Amino acid sequence: MSNAPVDQGRRRFLTAATTVVGAAGAAAVAVPFITSWNPSEKAKNAGAPVEVNIGKAEPGQLVRVEWRGQPVWVVRRTPAMLQSLESLAGKLRDPNSDEPQQPEYAKNIYRSRKEEFFVAVGICTHLGCSPQFLDKTFGEYVEGTESGFFCPCHGSTFDIAGRVFQGVPAPYNLVVPPHYFINDDVILIGEDGEQA
Amino acid sequence: MKKLIAWFDERIPLTKTWNIHLAQYPAPKNFNFWYLFGVLATLVLVNQIITGIWLTMNYVPTAEGAFASVEYIMRDIDGGWILRYMHSTGASAFFVVVYLHMFRGMMYGSYQKPRELLWIFGMLIFLVLMAEAFMGYLLPWGQMSYWGAQVIISLFGAIPYIGDDLTLWIRGDYVISGATLNRFFALHVIALPLVLVILVFLHIIALHEVGSNNPEGISIKKPKGSVPDSEKPKFEFHERFTKKYDIVDAIPFYPYYIVKDLVGIGIFLAFFCYVLFFAPAMGGFFLEPPNFEAANPLKTPAHIAPVWYFTPFYAILRAVPDKLFGVILMFAAIVFLFLLPWLDRCKVRSIRYRGTIHKVNLTVFVISFVVLGYLGVKPATEVYTFFARVFTFLYFAFFIFLWFYSKHEKTQPVPERITK
Repeated sequence: MSNAPVDQGRRRFLTAATTVVGAAGAAAVAVPFITSWNPSEKAKNAGAPVEVNIGKAEPGQLVRVEWRGQPVWVVRRTPAMLQSLESLAGKLRDPNSDEPQQPEYAKNIYRSRKEEFFVAVGICTHLGCSPQFLDKTFGEYVEGTESGFFCPCHGSTFDIAGRVFQGVPAPYNLVVPPHYFINDDVILIGEDGEQA
Repeated sequence: MKKLIAWFDERIPLTKTWNIHLAQYPAPKNFNFWYLFGVLATLVLVNQIITGIWLTMNYVPTAEGAFASVEYIMRDIDGGWILRYMHSTGASAFFVVVYLHMFRGMMYGSYQKPRELLWIFGMLIFLVLMAEAFMGYLLPWGQMSYWGAQVIISLFGAIPYIGDDLTLWIRGDYVISGATLNRFFALHVIALPLVLVILVFLHIIALHEVGSNNPEGISIKKPKGSVPDSEKPKFEFHERFTKKYDIVDAIPFYPYYIVKDLVGIGIFLAFFCYVLFFAPAMGGFFLEPPNFEAANPLKTPAHIAPVWYFTPFYAILRAVPDKLFGVILMFAAIVFLFLLPWLDRCKVRSIRYRGTIHKVNLTVFVISFVVLGYLGVKPATEVYTFFARVFTFLYFAFFIFLWFYSKHEKTQPVPERITK
């Protein structure tokens, strides 16, 4: 036993140092507990981006693929379809896509990267039904355009850029998922790519 | 027997604990009907724990097996249906008694000084209970389990910047999946019940430290030596309570209130059994019809509503056109309850002696809460949304008004003693 007087400064330093090291240790131990809640490799694989080959799509055709358990549409729009978009603004709820239902690069009148190709999650923003693609008979529901999407569950209507019409139950435009063109024929759905 | 108790008493505070908390605990002698709900909440908690343990014996916590295993419990296990309905009815009963218990506290000012911490523990219990109920509701993996969880988890997506990552982290997948079900199961059956039991313990310890309030809202502790022996109750209370104060108008919790509570428990169980045997789904309020269909991620039910005990808060959420602000307001509805001991600046506790303004205010609050609860199960039409906004305003107005008028409230004279 030493009889030296108690060095308060030293005692405080040691207490503080022990506390800091202990806290750092506790924080380090917390890491695996927190990260284990992240999606597992299996879940990430199931949610991986999917490639769609659109090289053979005819104008006016809709290609359907599955991404993260949801139907994703790729529509190759005809010039007539694109033209119809411009006249509809007055009938739409969100004609300028102000709601964040699409990545920044799809926030334009066509809601797409390339005018021709419209990519969207095929799930109604009302209650999750999958709307029908009506390429010629949409005029029965909305005047002034021949093509669009009609949800059979509660009658919501969307134009050919997935913009929702007024007076239907769906509150928002259809979701445009992150996607980019790997080349002219292939779209990768699920990633923004470096062009973002 | 005496020897055996003495053997324990030398090793653990057995008799002492019994006396302090039961046989020599002074409880005000004027407890009424409203003082049953604490003990009923404890009873329901025990019911939930025991039936819950038995349910886990046959429940399969996977996306593939969960729904079928619940049906298996209901149809193929002897007595399985009654265990399951005891658990599901118990969940709703828990909220019934807890809401009434909270209303009792608000009515008689039981949150006021010195019972602020007691109230905080109670509110924490309420919060954990809501988390527990929400996670438990996912486990049967029915349609409403799935889509209800979808709606609630996506609330966190409203938080700026981290919202999307946070929901991903909570779900453990890009959609609600088996990963979500598994972690909710773990939290529901072990983590949250543990926290709940600890909080209940702290709630009771805090109660027995400050002593029970009563319908008159006046203290049964008088300064030491101020009460003549002839006016003291003819009971022996533990010296822990009598050392510093003279206790008046009190009776020991055991046996007097235990016996009273047993009558209350009997009546409660009669109601409970009625629901259990004749209306376990309670017309869609305790168990919603879509939940008798297995979860289907590609098909949303026509109308998603949470179980009844969440609907007042859900109505507040929907009343706000902005998602983030709606979420904030919904949580604020609970935060304001936490702050009640500090928002109420009146020195008089019980509603019996408070001013008319407070009586009106509290009545309007209760009406708002009930109406919001009703609106929360209805679809959000224009008319309903309008009313939801009005009653959301009144809900919050209760707390704001309270803070302003309570300081200079015109109260009635408070008696010295409960009775003489």
